[in-house]
Amino acid sequence: MDFSFTEEQTLLRDTVASYLADHYDFEKRRAAVKSASGWRPEVWKAFAEELGILGASFAEDLGGLGGGATENMVIMEEFGKALVVEPYLGTVVIGGGFLKHGKPAGGDELAGKIIAGEATVAFAYAEPQARYNLADLKTTARKDGGGWVLNGAKAVVIGAPWASHLIVTARTGGAQRDAGGVSVFLVEKSAKGVTTRDYPTVDGQRASEVTFENVSLPASALIGGEGAGLPLVETVVDEAIAATCAEACGVLRKLHEGTLDYTKQRKQFGQPIAQFQVLQHRMVDMFINVEQAVSMTYMAHIKLGGADSAKSVSAAKVQIGRACKFVGQNAIQLHGGMGMTDEMAIGHYFKRATMIEGQFGSVDHHLRRYEGLSFDRAA
Amino acid sequence: MDLDFSPEDNAFRAEVRAFLAENYPAELREKQRNENALSREDYLSWHRILAKKGWSAISWPKEWGGTDWTPTQKYIWSEEQAKADTIGILPFGVAMLAPVIYTFGTQAQKERFLPGIRDGLVWWCQGYSEPGSGSDLASLRTKAERITGDDGKEYYLVNGQKTWTTLAQHADWGFFLVRTDPDAKPQAGISFLLIDMKTPGITVRPIITLEGGHEVNDVFLENVKVPVENRIYEENKGWTCAKALLQHERSGIAGVARSKRNLERLREISNTERADDSGPLLADPFFRRKVADLEIDLTALEFTELRTLAGESAGTGPGPESSILKIKGTEIQQRLTELALEAAGHYGAPYLRDLPSNSGAIGPDYADGVAGEYFNTRKTSIYGGSNEIQRNIIAKMVLGL
Repeated sequence: MDFSFTEEQTLLRDTVASYLADHYDFEKRRAAVKSASGWRPEVWKAFAEELGILGASFAEDLGGLGGGATENMVIMEEFGKALVVEPYLGTVVIGGGFLKHGKPAGGDELAGKIIAGEATVAFAYAEPQARYNLADLKTTARKDGGGWVLNGAKAVVIGAPWASHLIVTARTGGAQRDAGGVSVFLVEKSAKGVTTRDYPTVDGQRASEVTFENVSLPASALIGGEGAGLPLVETVVDEAIAATCAEACGVLRKLHEGTLDYTKQRKQFGQPIAQFQVLQHRMVDMFINVEQAVSMTYMAHIKLGGADSAKSVSAAKVQIGRACKFVGQNAIQLHGGMGMTDEMAIGHYFKRATMIEGQFGSVDHHLRRYEGLSFDRAA
Repeated sequence: MDLDFSPEDNAFRAEVRAFLAENYPAELREKQRNENALSREDYLSWHRILAKKGWSAISWPKEWGGTDWTPTQKYIWSEEQAKADTIGILPFGVAMLAPVIYTFGTQAQKERFLPGIRDGLVWWCQGYSEPGSGSDLASLRTKAERITGDDGKEYYLVNGQKTWTTLAQHADWGFFLVRTDPDAKPQAGISFLLIDMKTPGITVRPIITLEGGHEVNDVFLENVKVPVENRIYEENKGWTCAKALLQHERSGIAGVARSKRNLERLREISNTERADDSGPLLADPFFRRKVADLEIDLTALEFTELRTLAGESAGTGPGPESSILKIKGTEIQQRLTELALEAAGHYGAPYLRDLPSNSGAIGPDYADGVAGEYFNTRKTSIYGGSNEIQRNIIAKMVLGL
């Protein structure tokens, strides 16, 4: 039993933290988020070349550092603290996850490009009607000669405006919500028939509505087995949820620390408002929420890939979702009017925390999934 | 970052499990399962079996009979005990008083008191709270004055009242906080005394709690003569002992292993009970959501405790997460009893304690006592420093407010 990090992992954390301290302060982030492109390709380049972190979780024979989920956890937590918008989750965690578990033809080449910072990936899975059901797909791919033809529309594809590649879920068989008949495809965003409508999101990221109109794909675009893609999608999404929980831990720590700092210096009635017991207990409850979220994030990462993987990930997401709401809302409340301003960082952490609540499934969604896994199979 | 137990840990688990299977009396197991009241002899007999094995004082220094188990082994021990429905060793002597004695006591005091605690020969009770001193413990007023006895020896003459004294009705000895300097600041005038409960002038009066049980007592002290050599540490420095004692309660305070066992029981009950639609209660969407919530919270607490243990293992000491254990642990214990009562439905109502023991069962076995457990467990967020006091402590010690 061991909750410590290896020397390499600690070094990785320090490297990321120190780079972000130098290059990713709140004002620099704000400027990037407001710029036309919404991100800083030079930061992404530095991740690849200067820090070498884009390969941290890839196998060594692909040019990576041989790490895995724990490395993603360490990086995502630091990214959370700095509200990094660059597409690490979509590209490395999700893109890398599909390459690792789905082993598509040509996957090694794409892995090399990801590690080098030359390719970025966005995950086009959600559809307007599907809510959080990963199998609810109207997008179709039909066989055409040796390849496929893709048709459909995807909703709120995070990071799509910056992506060179899309990973797309589509139905190759079965009815709209069937577990069977789901397939996964790797699509170059520049392919003919792919159109995107780009826009910013409330938490400073960029996303697209993506439409596929008779997009021709080669046979090699299929990731995993034809029609058997749902378990693969669930595996990768569970890894993405775990990584998002880690990001949330960083966000939550900053929300809590920021609130402590603020209430210590803000004076009312002749004393720092941190002296008031009602605020102290609120901040203790925030602290408990943060620590419990961290515990659950460790738990989920440790259990990833094991027999309890899905159940553990959903349990963690429930805890993190609740913590994001409680800590986020109270951080704003305790900042008073200042918490309402765009000027202060606290509101931006709150907005990211709020989006994490719903990302890959709300608290209710994951509670229901947890119940199914915990009670129905056991009972 | 892993959850794997080492081969040594697994061997240890097997050894512990085999020991419990072989040595834990079936009769006690039944009583514990059915949440029956336990007698003094029940507690002490199991304590003595453990003492014979050398496992009654696992966290003590080796020279006084402790083990050098790792935190992981202690975690395994608590898990296995919960799974076997053991009744556990009462904390007053082994977990609370003994660390004060081996930390602050003289060699003579260690030799005199520690073996009796370890071997389950002497029952100890805790004289801390007073009617006017609950959360504000340092305001205590029980007075101890130095006198010279007729025999020419030095004594403290103790007068006052202690309350909420758990199981004092069984106690041979008690450890008491008394005021030896009324003029000093509250914390500065307190001393830590060991008092033989058979000393003339001590009266123990039962307090019946709302579920009808007799667990706690008032203890009146009227001109009680206590030899000066029964004081631990220096006069007026008792607060140092009192604080140290509270810190030693940390291990196991979350009660995770016990709560996991009780959660299993709750799931059994709610799989047996029927919902309004005649399906299992556990399939009722509203009820099972509450169970799922609880299960997830308990998992979070378990991993917070594991992080604390791992910190102790690594020698970095318990981190700030350890201060969460009391608050979350007791909240979860309370929610478990709340849901068990809710699950029992109509049969939560019968109060069978005062019926003759041969009057036969009313309703399902598991329903008997669930209401009492619920009522009784309200104490956990109050005792050991109320959860509000815990929040004050975290605010000050951890958050620096």
